[in-house]
Amino acid sequence: MYGAGMAKGLLVTMKNFVKPDRMFTVQYPDRKVSPTELAKMSGVGVFTFMRKNPKTAFKAMTGQMTVPARLKQHPRFRGEEFTWYEQRCTGCASCAKYCPLGIIRIVTSPSGEQVQEGQKYHLDVFDIDIGRCMFCGLCVEACPYDALHMGSGFEEGKYRRKDLVVTVDRLKSQPKHPSTWFRPQIQGKEGYHPHGEKDVTWQEAGRHEQPSRKHQEEKWAKR
Amino acid sequence: MAIRTEPVTVNLGPQHPSTHGVFRLRVTFDGEVVLDVEPVFGYLHRGTEKLAEERTYVQVVTLTDRLDYVSAMTNNLAYVRAVEKLAGIEVPERAKYLRVISSELQRIASHLIATGFLLQELGAFATPLMYCFRERERILELFEMLCGARITVSYMRPGGVLQDAPEDFWPALDELVKAMPQYIEELEGLITSNEIVLARTKDVGVLTAEKAINASVTGPMLRATGVQWDLRKADPHEVYDRVEFDVPIGAIGDTYDRYLVRVQEMRQSLRIIEQCVKQIPKGDIRSRTAYFIRPPVGDAYGAVESPKGELGFYLVSDGGIAPYRCKIRSPSFINLTVLRDLLAGWKMADLIIIFGSTDIVLGEVDR
Repeated sequence: MYGAGMAKGLLVTMKNFVKPDRMFTVQYPDRKVSPTELAKMSGVGVFTFMRKNPKTAFKAMTGQMTVPARLKQHPRFRGEEFTWYEQRCTGCASCAKYCPLGIIRIVTSPSGEQVQEGQKYHLDVFDIDIGRCMFCGLCVEACPYDALHMGSGFEEGKYRRKDLVVTVDRLKSQPKHPSTWFRPQIQGKEGYHPHGEKDVTWQEAGRHEQPSRKHQEEKWAKR
Repeated sequence: MAIRTEPVTVNLGPQHPSTHGVFRLRVTFDGEVVLDVEPVFGYLHRGTEKLAEERTYVQVVTLTDRLDYVSAMTNNLAYVRAVEKLAGIEVPERAKYLRVISSELQRIASHLIATGFLLQELGAFATPLMYCFRERERILELFEMLCGARITVSYMRPGGVLQDAPEDFWPALDELVKAMPQYIEELEGLITSNEIVLARTKDVGVLTAEKAINASVTGPMLRATGVQWDLRKADPHEVYDRVEFDVPIGAIGDTYDRYLVRVQEMRQSLRIIEQCVKQIPKGDIRSRTAYFIRPPVGDAYGAVESPKGELGFYLVSDGGIAPYRCKIRSPSFINLTVLRDLLAGWKMADLIIIFGSTDIVLGEVDR
């Protein structure tokens, strides 16, 4: 019958039109909130909230109040702000060597400190130019001491290219919320998510315990 | 004596929404009818083949993501297969299954885009495309679980895959495999028997089997002409010889057949994934290889059936840490060679649809 196919197609459209759970629009970067949700956020009952801030409650009722929305994201997501542990890094520059674009710059000098029972180098420069980074994660994969991890963000926007360079000071000072990408030891931790509040300490970030002098001597003697 | 008329040459693109990227068609029209077509490309040329000569074998994987950017998994697979042939690297069983699962998911995602944009070009603006994107989104979420990225995955490595699937991947995959047939049915309900689609696509842009073989066209475009050629059957790589699936073929090779073959291939891909999930063994996911792979002097050609056709990498090694030469046989580029035969004689409105049904991606055409 002519027109049957068209009716079938329109039926599909109608079905999607009326079913509320079929909506798949993701609200970003802000989403609307109801007064109930606002009250929950401030930790008081709905009526108390409405009495205390009637203006905000009215705005929320009419759909004018928004809060920043965070996208659902897997903890493995390869994000832009790198997490780096100074205590674990030996300055071997494996990451710089393995980067396909050569955007990691490392300058080291002998520090005289003993880390992992060997000479540790002091990192004068550890620059990652994320303006050119493609987030393939080869640097993270190459790091033999689990010092470098991917981050979880994707919203870094700057007006100048030089602002996109992640410097060693920023790497030292920023909160340690590494992505679990290629780091099964972090992924194994119960309920860890980079968006959470909890920091990962440098001891937890490593794949293995710090080897003792005896262990290393045995290992090298066997070779 | 009648007034003399002349054909008019029009540039379609490179910034035309229906040329799938930056692609230019110099079309000579006689009124509404296409007389001649000259494809002009190179606007997206990034020199991937040359860049590959300056990078190690593992680093090139990141470049292959950017070739066919709607099916990065199969690009990875084709490249690592060439490296494995070249260097003689063994792949663990679990990694083979993970590779097949991820590349079949990618095939579904790619065909959804092809179908969605075909509808877009038919004039069903945005809504059916968003239906397709909604399903694709779920597949991309699975990729995010596997490898932390959605489009530029860089998941495969010579000698296996990068990392094992997380625990929450398998229930999510099961859910998708269960839900997907309904989605495909819904999509078919919109298109397959729709009179407008039938009128616009049936018997439009017919490609004969002989012409397709002569131009070495591969993929759904070839299978729509009725030739049963699929590299997954002809040269079973990974675990394709252990799973059952059919190769859907079309009847006459018109635009409608090309669409129909793609939809049926999505169903077959789901069948493959279902079987792989049942068969997948436990074990290693990556064999031990040196980071700087130094293959012996020689050459190798690795090819897979990508969603667009046969994607092959020809690598020449001089014994160093980087390929001496890397040639990419990209299906989109070679499928374009029949464009003039396909388009000549059709009207302007048909041109857009026929061109859309060839499903090219400019990242792969220009490389």
